[in-house]
Amino acid sequence: MKRRLPPIANAVCVFAALLLLWQSVLWIFSVPSFMLPSPWAVAKAVVKRFPALMTSLSITAEEAGGGLIASVIVGVAIALVFAQSRWVRRMLYPYTILLQTVPIVAIAPLILMWVGAGASSVALIAFIISLAPIIANTTQGLVSVDENLIHLFLMHNASSRQLLFKLRLPYAIPSLFVGIRIASGISVIGAITGELYAASSRVGVGGLGYSIQYASAQLQTDYLFALVLAATVLGFAFFFIVMFLEWYFLHRWHESARTLETE
Amino acid sequence: MTLEFVAPQVEFAGVSKIYARGHVVLSALDLTIAKGEFVTFLGPSGCGKSTVLKLISGLTPPNSGTIHVDGMTPKNARETVSYIFQEATLLPWRTVRRNVSLGLELDGVNGDRRREKTASLLDLVGLGAVGDAYPRELSGGMKMRVSIARALATNPRLLLMDEPFAALDEMTRDRLNEELLRLREEQKWTAVFVTHSVAEAVFLSTRIVVLTANPGRVHSVIPIGLPFPRTAGLRTSSEFGTLVLQISRSLREATLQ
Repeated sequence: MKRRLPPIANAVCVFAALLLLWQSVLWIFSVPSFMLPSPWAVAKAVVKRFPALMTSLSITAEEAGGGLIASVIVGVAIALVFAQSRWVRRMLYPYTILLQTVPIVAIAPLILMWVGAGASSVALIAFIISLAPIIANTTQGLVSVDENLIHLFLMHNASSRQLLFKLRLPYAIPSLFVGIRIASGISVIGAITGELYAASSRVGVGGLGYSIQYASAQLQTDYLFALVLAATVLGFAFFFIVMFLEWYFLHRWHESARTLETE
Repeated sequence: MTLEFVAPQVEFAGVSKIYARGHVVLSALDLTIAKGEFVTFLGPSGCGKSTVLKLISGLTPPNSGTIHVDGMTPKNARETVSYIFQEATLLPWRTVRRNVSLGLELDGVNGDRRREKTASLLDLVGLGAVGDAYPRELSGGMKMRVSIARALATNPRLLLMDEPFAALDEMTRDRLNEELLRLREEQKWTAVFVTHSVAEAVFLSTRIVVLTANPGRVHSVIPIGLPFPRTAGLRTSSEFGTLVLQISRSLREATLQ
């Protein structure tokens, strides 16, 4: 058997190479630091303003997380309605697509105007943007149950309640997770977009989006980079939490969940 | 014993089934299946073999004619009927044990009784050791055993089987055929079976019904007089070979018609 570097080591090597490239661009073209700070300056900004960074991160995490959880609850409920009949789906499905195609950047100011600036309106934006993939994937899972499994349940004169809880819902869980995985990334984007428009709820501190705008106006480019880094970390964290939950619930029985280490 | 077997369990009277675009799947089928019989439907694809099972189980209604199971309508008789499908159709999120107990659970059988029944069936089909495994860990043959155990758990009087072994390799299929007959000796259910395999049909059945396609009609009904218990050795006997030849000929006629 060949000895190979674990996947994480590969990723670290790429990261180091990128840092090196970044630093060499600075040296070769002597870019002013307000346009592109050095990796070292960014690292210093992270350390120096760590508490503020963490506050921003946690505010955004709460907003995006709240929106995501709400979208799972509401999305599954809507998918259950959609799964009732083809007729309902034909009537309402176009609106799901509408939900997906409406540019969130365009409606974010409207929502802030209607609901008022603050964490709840930002969470609402994250919720709206997360909803479509949850509905679409869960509905797909609910309606694609093997016909013979339904026949099996019918042979035992199963109630619609038994069909739902013992067959359709468990059958749809892998599809639901596909939806949540997509939604987890975009919920963070939605929250940051919302914050870019929202005024801070507290003086001087706000979510990542708010702080990004503030740092950019102040030409604090090193801190701006630190904030972008934090936003990326947050997106990753969401993704990995969802991946873990998916693995936890599905690994014993579902084929897809065995690929955790390769994704 | 024979007296008990004479009472009709399934009766088709002038049953026709027409699917969309006027395709006549079954035309004026008259047939009686007595208790204790093992009746196999053979025929070219599109002759309505599987439709026969769907009609007996009440999963699809006939366009004309009547079907009675134990003197009742198919839907009312479901309690005494089990259905084994082409694929094992297990619930992948349930362990083998909980798959076997599914039917009992849906029928509202209480926990202790359910556990006891499930355990005895797992032993009966030789899966006692893998009760806690998930379906994806099992081979095709083992999955089908789970499916059989699930069907038998509810003590059916009539067992409907729609090409249950079609996807398995020949050796596994032969083994499961033998076990199916052993289970039948013990539990005395009536069977209606659908297959493409003439040898399988001869090995299992007391009677074979050959159907024609377009429209689906009975071409011939051939009783199989081979004595029970039937064992693996039967397959190499000359009577068996003769019957397989005879039925293959009927099947060819039915296909060419």
